Amino acid sequence: MTDTSRQKTVLVLGGRSDIGRAIAHSFAADGYAVALAARNAANLETDKSDISLRHNVPVSLHEFDVLDTGKMEAFIDSLGVLPDVVVSVVGLMGEQAENEKDTDLSARVMRSNYEGPALILGLFANRFEERGSGTLVGVSSVAGDRGRATNYIYGSAKAGFTAFLSGLRNRLARKGVHVVTVKPGFVRTQMTEGMKLPGPITADPEEVAQATVKAVRKGKNTVYTKPVWALIMLIITHIPEAIFKKMSI
Amino acid sequence: MKLSGWGRYPTVECKTSSPRNEADLAGLVRSGQVIARGNGRSYGDSSLNSHMTIDMRRMSRMLAFDEASGQLTAEAGVLLADIISSFLPRGWFPAVTPGTKFVTVGGMIAADVHGKNHHSDGAFSTFLDWVDVLCSDGEIRRCSRDETPDLFEWTVGGMGLTGIIVRAAFRLRPVESGWIRQTTIPAENLAAAIDIFERSADSTYSVAWIDCLSTGASLGRSLVYLGEHAAHADLPRKQLQAPFQTPRKRKLTVPLDAPGFALNRWTVKAFNEVYYRAGRSKTGTQLVDWDTYFYPLDAILKWNRIYGRKGFAQFQCVIPLEQSKDGMQALLEAISAAGQGSFLSVLKRFGAQESRFSFPMEGYTLALDFPVNNRSLELMNRLDEITIAHGGRFYLAKDSRLKAETLAKSDTRVSDFREMRKSTSAAETFSSAQSDRLVL
Repeated sequence: MTDTSRQKTVLVLGGRSDIGRAIAHSFAADGYAVALAARNAANLETDKSDISLRHNVPVSLHEFDVLDTGKMEAFIDSLGVLPDVVVSVVGLMGEQAENEKDTDLSARVMRSNYEGPALILGLFANRFEERGSGTLVGVSSVAGDRGRATNYIYGSAKAGFTAFLSGLRNRLARKGVHVVTVKPGFVRTQMTEGMKLPGPITADPEEVAQATVKAVRKGKNTVYTKPVWALIMLIITHIPEAIFKKMSI
Repeated sequence: MKLSGWGRYPTVECKTSSPRNEADLAGLVRSGQVIARGNGRSYGDSSLNSHMTIDMRRMSRMLAFDEASGQLTAEAGVLLADIISSFLPRGWFPAVTPGTKFVTVGGMIAADVHGKNHHSDGAFSTFLDWVDVLCSDGEIRRCSRDETPDLFEWTVGGMGLTGIIVRAAFRLRPVESGWIRQTTIPAENLAAAIDIFERSADSTYSVAWIDCLSTGASLGRSLVYLGEHAAHADLPRKQLQAPFQTPRKRKLTVPLDAPGFALNRWTVKAFNEVYYRAGRSKTGTQLVDWDTYFYPLDAILKWNRIYGRKGFAQFQCVIPLEQSKDGMQALLEAISAAGQGSFLSVLKRFGAQESRFSFPMEGYTLALDFPVNNRSLELMNRLDEITIAHGGRFYLAKDSRLKAETLAKSDTRVSDFREMRKSTSAAETFSSAQSDRLVL
């Protein structure tokens, strides 16, 4: 067992999701103590024992609601120890067609993917800046690289989050604090279950997790998982708007 | 989604879902005919249901470990490979393991898997303390030898047909290292191989690779591998410094389907010749890491592709002790006469096991695989007859082609199993392509 006094800690916001669980496991495998934060955190007890049994690291659970912005400062104070790494995996896709017709639903998607994650990482950024160390990781999406008819409400919120992370990275670059933007393409998760996803460019949550840990270790800025998505999005973002607007992709 | 077992035959279009928790799972069970699927390592159609195949791999949490007894409590989707990587460094190893580590806890219970130590320790169920089963009424029942024993005994080896295995508690064995002391003994024919097994009853592990294309006086020539977990005293200084650290093996992947003609009687015969000679020259005792000893094929990812696009069928039977010699002789004669060489043929001694529906019984078991084609299917029908004539029975985790009448003839327990499925209403909810074919 590692020396707990110098053991690093990772906080995973959205620890219930498939990607969140996988990221927690990957950091634990690297020797990190894990703090899992989610709504109804108490019923993550089985995940807590799973991570701690598999990797022999301490795991704690924390109640957290990304939409409850008023309680965010108190949430950070309640952690006791300021983590070394904070990863936000929080997100909500919803159904594009329903979101278009219902402002409450679309506001919820926007707030869950942009407002909430940006605000909480912003608060951690301030504390990390004060301490002069730490890594912030935002799991955004390739959907934020260009708005498409099929998911632009979700995509626009992710675009906002991506821009926020980029700005935060710029602000903190010389303050000892690093910011990583993770942009997964298709991932086999509960969120995408039942969708027909193209096998070769669809990642498992574990691949996203490993790429995330590697990006933190190596101090990368933006990572696409799988890497082929960087190329795909490069092409998609360079299609002239006059053509793009008539395409269905 | 098109699904198949490890043999890639048959392939069935199945609706699937991957529950994350009990509530998801209970919802699926209420929806109609279902079967649970683990990591898809049974060979045939045991884990296929076109209406709903429940992928249990996201229910994969380890829940508790008792350092005193070695008891691990885990959800059904936990992989054996993960158990080893988590617990071997702490001095624990699975008490019973099948020939691949890419199986789930649920799958091991449903097939009541055996390992190379069946003659000394019995099957997986020997070390199983309790199982939580989600039954057709939507209730989860904890069962053990003392609590709801009927459900426990039918679930062990019950191929997922009593309900969904949700979680279980089972014991690991303490080991001092990740190394195995392997002894290789060549046997020039079947009788010699059986002699070696009978003389080696004290060995914890024993298994034989058998050349099923040799004929005449060398019919059934074999290499018998005995094994013991290496203790500290058995290790050279270098390994002793980190007894659980074994070399990481390079993984090879079979990148595409081999053409159907790649494995034929001549290529297999040539392979067997080389393999037997190589083994004979390496007789004696050596230290082998656990991965090489228990899971040689896991080093070749997707090895099921070497049989080509049409897939392959496994044949595994057990013949009771008093008839083993005659039965094995007859099986091997039929195989070598047909010239249908099986690439991987394994002979193993089973110890006694009392069970409601598990495969093992005291005697010898032979496992073979054949590419799927008319000639090999015909040969396997012949092997079925020989097995039954010698009082033997078949391993359902390997089967993809038995007929319902054949199974019923081989095993008087089948009618009790059917009766149990009817009386507990399990038959109304849980079924697989295999249980439909075998009318279970």
